[in-house]
Amino acid sequence: MSSVPLEHVLVLAALLFALGVVALLVRRNAVFMLLAIEIMLNAAGLAFIAAGARWGQPAGQVMFVFILAMAAAEVAVGLALVIRLRRLFGTVDTDAAGEMKG
Amino acid sequence: MTFAFYLAAAVALVATTLVITRLNLIHALLYLIVSQLAIAVAFLCLGAPFAAALEVILYAGAILVLFVFVVMTLNLGSAVREESEWLTRQAWIGPAILGLVLLGEVVWLLTAGTGLAGTSTAAEPVGPVAVGRALFGEYVLATELAGMLLLAGLVGAFHLGRRTRPDTGEPPGEGSR
Repeated sequence: MSSVPLEHVLVLAALLFALGVVALLVRRNAVFMLLAIEIMLNAAGLAFIAAGARWGQPAGQVMFVFILAMAAAEVAVGLALVIRLRRLFGTVDTDAAGEMKG
Repeated sequence: MTFAFYLAAAVALVATTLVITRLNLIHALLYLIVSQLAIAVAFLCLGAPFAAALEVILYAGAILVLFVFVVMTLNLGSAVREESEWLTRQAWIGPAILGLVLLGEVVWLLTAGTGLAGTSTAAEPVGPVAVGRALFGEYVLATELAGMLLLAGLVGAFHLGRRTRPDTGEPPGEGSR
């Protein structure tokens, strides 16, 4: 198989994670914030796969499957919240939901 | 295979950068699909064909299609205009610096003094059979917990997404009958 050094894969995962963090900090659009969380979860999954490939164990891919299930549940609830936000405030800007009522 | 990994890594990084800088949500979603297909190629190069298939089928195929459906439902033309007003170059500086500092720290920790340097990912590829055996043997409890999490997500999404009357907050048709 490939002879990619482990730290290169982990650096790629770190780069993707950092891009997700920056997007989460910059954006105020709720859908973009969910996308940023997806990017970060994907990067975490990549790190698990890399670790699994390093030792030739299936545990890394098992953890990736769990991350996938978690991401699916999170996206379903998150998008339902976005639809709710849109119905209540007429926008998907998270600053609109800055008050503790309604 | 090594060259394919680095090519896929470059594509993933460029596509992800384009995702986070787009104003139009649909464009960002399409770039994210490209990014995840590239990450699936990286998984394949790392000897994880089952994870690569799941990445294509579930991430790029199911989760992002869910995003596309919701974006189409929301009709977000006004949000693009609002965001283009304040999303200037200055808005990126602070978060970019914070992200770069964290990234530099992680990369430094990965490359210096952890004993990781020189270890290669050249182990045997792990096929779907091994993953399935681990998933339903060693990790069966965690698999059932993941099933319960999905059930909770399903109920939560249904509860949050149902239509309510604006005056009472009750679901339509229940309070009036």
